[in-house]
Order: sequence, then structure tokens, then C-alpha cells
Amino acid sequence: MSVSFLISQAKNIQIVIDENAAEIEALDQNIGDGDHIFNVQRGLKLVVELENDIKNLPLQKGLNMIAMKVLSGIGGSSGALFGTFFMSMAKTPDLDKNIDFNKACEMVITGINAMKERGKADIGEKTMMDVLIPVSEKLNELKSSNADMKEGLSEIIKIAEDRMLSTKDMLATKGRASFLGERAKGHIDPGARSSQLIIDTICKSLINK
Amino acid sequence: MKKFINNVDDFLKESLSGFGKAHSDIIKVNFEPNFISRKTKTKEGKVSLISGGGSGHEPMHGGFVGHGMLDAACPGFVFSAPTPDQMQAAAEHVDSGAGVLFIVKNYSGDIMNFQMGAEMYSGKNDSIITNDDVAVEDSTFTTGRRGVAATVLVEKIVGSLAENGGSLEECKKLGEKVNKNSGTMGVAFTSCTVPAAGKPTFDIGNDEMEFGVGIHGEPGRKREKIQPSKKIVNNMLEAILDDLKLQKNEKTLLFINGMGGTPLTELYLVYDDACEILKSKGIEITRSLVGNYCTSLEMQGASVTLLKCDEEILKNWDAPVHTAAMRWGM
Repeated sequence: MSVSFLISQAKNIQIVIDENAAEIEALDQNIGDGDHIFNVQRGLKLVVELENDIKNLPLQKGLNMIAMKVLSGIGGSSGALFGTFFMSMAKTPDLDKNIDFNKACEMVITGINAMKERGKADIGEKTMMDVLIPVSEKLNELKSSNADMKEGLSEIIKIAEDRMLSTKDMLATKGRASFLGERAKGHIDPGARSSQLIIDTICKSLINK
Repeated sequence: MKKFINNVDDFLKESLSGFGKAHSDIIKVNFEPNFISRKTKTKEGKVSLISGGGSGHEPMHGGFVGHGMLDAACPGFVFSAPTPDQMQAAAEHVDSGAGVLFIVKNYSGDIMNFQMGAEMYSGKNDSIITNDDVAVEDSTFTTGRRGVAATVLVEKIVGSLAENGGSLEECKKLGEKVNKNSGTMGVAFTSCTVPAAGKPTFDIGNDEMEFGVGIHGEPGRKREKIQPSKKIVNNMLEAILDDLKLQKNEKTLLFINGMGGTPLTELYLVYDDACEILKSKGIEITRSLVGNYCTSLEMQGASVTLLKCDEEILKNWDAPVHTAAMRWGM
């Protein structure tokens, strides 16, 4: 993993998010206030625009600059959560050494743990964490095994998709008493959908490399 | 979408710029990071109050910066929480050494960003979270109740205490009391359109209303056919009274807040209905506020807030205030 790898992934993700923007916006408007997709799009644009400033920087420095950009440029829940993600990734030890697959897994796991802490959300609460936590758990499993990387990534794609779809009926099964709980039933969480698309894009690009 | 816009990307910047020019006698707008502060420096020993949130709720919060209320406000993009660097910069700008109290509405994005801002700020600080909305216990965007119109009352009442030398601890304690003593219920007749989205946030029939709507047009308790005002106001008040458990002869402040698209004429009619209903229940209205204070862009609708008052609350409510949106006693 390097800064240029991160930038090229951001560019891939930007294309996929733009293609699915109308769907995510509609999901958000069904149950939320409709700002999620704009925040994600704004964040990706800011990261891609950083390319010339950071492409030759060491990974830790690059990650910190991405974190600050995301944190100060997005706003909303997404800004705080994704900013926390990059900031924590940058704190993973030994980033100045060669980053192999295991190290990359460790970085992502560290980042997702910090998001969980920041958002105080766990599995089953109809948020992006419903996708990210199971993915992080799978990465942890892959990290310590000698499993085939590409097979592992295919499994992650599947996990992310299943978990994203599982948010659809979540509020009802959780039995929240409010009427909104009942009304939110049948809608996939927009944050879960955007997170799943991001994971899907990264995993596919690694498999096809 | 029909709005006064030049370019969607410049929407917030241009609006803030106009706000700064229109109220240059009271406030100053700082850009990048965006925050609105008082024109004058915080006097030594005075606790600084900072609030903020997504834009689109004007005059909240920038309109409440000034003597007797806030020291600074951090506006985010429309309906999106502001970022931690805004809170950090605002705190550094206004803190006179007595500490900073952040007033935050209970929305996940606001909570997280204010928390990070507070962590990044090295000075003494604390926070209060408002959650007065009795409509829903958990919305898709909050854990627990939403913070809505009573935030205005918290900012006014705590603002007076801070102005008169209250400590950080005392300000926090009073703010929490005001929040706990208030309940709000909102109703929307139409949706609102976020400029970046370009189309209405939700669809609603000509004869329908959203009962218990949030301040971003997020869903409430139920979608109903529209009814006579008295019936709607009665349902709103019942939800609030149920929550506040008010006793007979209890003193209250009645706050009728417009969502942005409903004329004052109607808001006063709502006030009249509310007075009649509360009178029949033996509840005393000792103070009132009617107008557009915590809005949702151009949404048609209103919210009703009741605040249970004691002497401390009344004294601080009556104290002088001089901001762009609220002014009395000076």
C-alpha cells in the first residue's frame, strides 16, 4: 500500500459512487435527511484533488493529510467517521516499512475499530457499521491465516453485500418502539450501501490486478 | 427548484457573507474555517458559549450570536454537521480563559464532530446535548431523541447566566435543566429542498401532513390527513404534556416556532389554539415566543415547545439580549 495506491482507489470509488448516487440519495431520503451521498462525493473529490500534494509523501504523512482533508471538508457523520478512519490508519505502527497484505489488513482493522468507537455503533443498528464490522472481522481472520488472498477478497465482497442487504429489515427486527422504526423497515441503510460499494470496488481491483 | 442561488457550491459562502454585512454591528463572519463570532472580544472571566450545526435552520445558530446569548456559531453545509476544525478555531477565537461550553443538538453527525472539535481544543471545555423532541425516541439519525427548537431557549437562558458571570459548571447545569424541562413536537405540511439535492427531500400529498417531523424533513411519528388547526395543536400538546408530566398551575413558556414556509399569521393562530387548550388543562403560560427561529429551509409547518419555568429560568429568559434574531431589554 502506498499513497498513490490510495489515490487510484479513490478515483475508482468515485466512478462507482457517482454511478450509484441516485440510488443512495433515494435511500437516504426514505429514512434520513438526504445529505449522505453529497458528503461521500465531496470527500472523494477532495481526496482525488490532493493527488499532486501528497503522491510522493510517505504513507503515514499522506494518510494524515487525507484525514485532515476529509475531516475538515466533508461534515456530517461521514466526515467524522471517515476522518477518524484515516487518522487511525495513520497510527498503525511500522508504516515506514514495506506494507504487505497482512499489514494492510491491520491498518483497515485499526481504522474500522476507531470508527466503531467514534460512532458508538455496533452491528444491528442499521448503519455503515453493519457492513464494516463483519468485513473487519474477516480481515482479521485472513491476516493470521495462510489463505489465498484473492479467495479471501471474494469472500469479503460477499460478506459486504449480504450485510448491506441485511440492513433492510433491521429496525423492525430490533423492535424499536417508535413509528419511525416501523416505517424505516424495507429500506437499506444508505451508509451501509455506500460502504459496501467502496469495499466491493477495492476488492475487485485487487483481485483483477 | 426555485431558489435565490447563483451557484450551488457558493450557496453557503454567499449567504454567510450577506449575514456578516447585514449585522456588522453585532457579529463578524470568519471564513475557512467558517464561524460567526461576536464583533467584540469575550470579556475576561466570562464563559464562552459555542453552538453550531448544519445550515438551513436560520436564524439558528448564527442569528443568536451576540450579547446575552452565544459567543460563536459554527455553520456546516446545509443540513450537514460542521467540522471539528471549525469548533476548534471558534473556541480558540472566543475563549477568554473561563472555558467554553458547546451546545449541541442530538444528531449523530453533530455529536461526533463537536466531540472531535472538543478533543482538538486544548482549553477547558464542556458540552450540553439538547434532545427536546418528543416525537421519536430513536430516529435514523440519532440515538435517543432529537435536539430541535428548545435549543433556542437553552442558548438564550444559559447565555444570560454566562453573561452574568456563571461558571462553566453552573452554565452546564442550567442548560441541562432547561433541556430536561422542555418538550417539542413538530408538524410539516410540505417538504423542503436542499440546494445540493435540487429536489424535495420527501413527497407529501396536498392533503397530508407529517406528524412529528424532524428539522431536516426526516420522518416523524406518522403521515396523516390534514386536520383543523385546533385538532393538530391539541395532538402536539398532548404528546408534549404526556412527556413533561406537567402539574396544574405550573408556569410555562410557550414557544411556537415556524419551519420557514408558514406565515406568522398562521403561527399566531397556532398560539391562540395552544393558549386555549393549555388554559383548559389549567397550565399557566407566563412567557411566549412566536416566530421562525429554528427552521427547515422553506418547509411549511410549525413546532410547539413548552418549557417548564422556575424563577432561575424566568430571570435568565427576561435578561437583556442583543443578537441578529432576538433582541430585548437593550
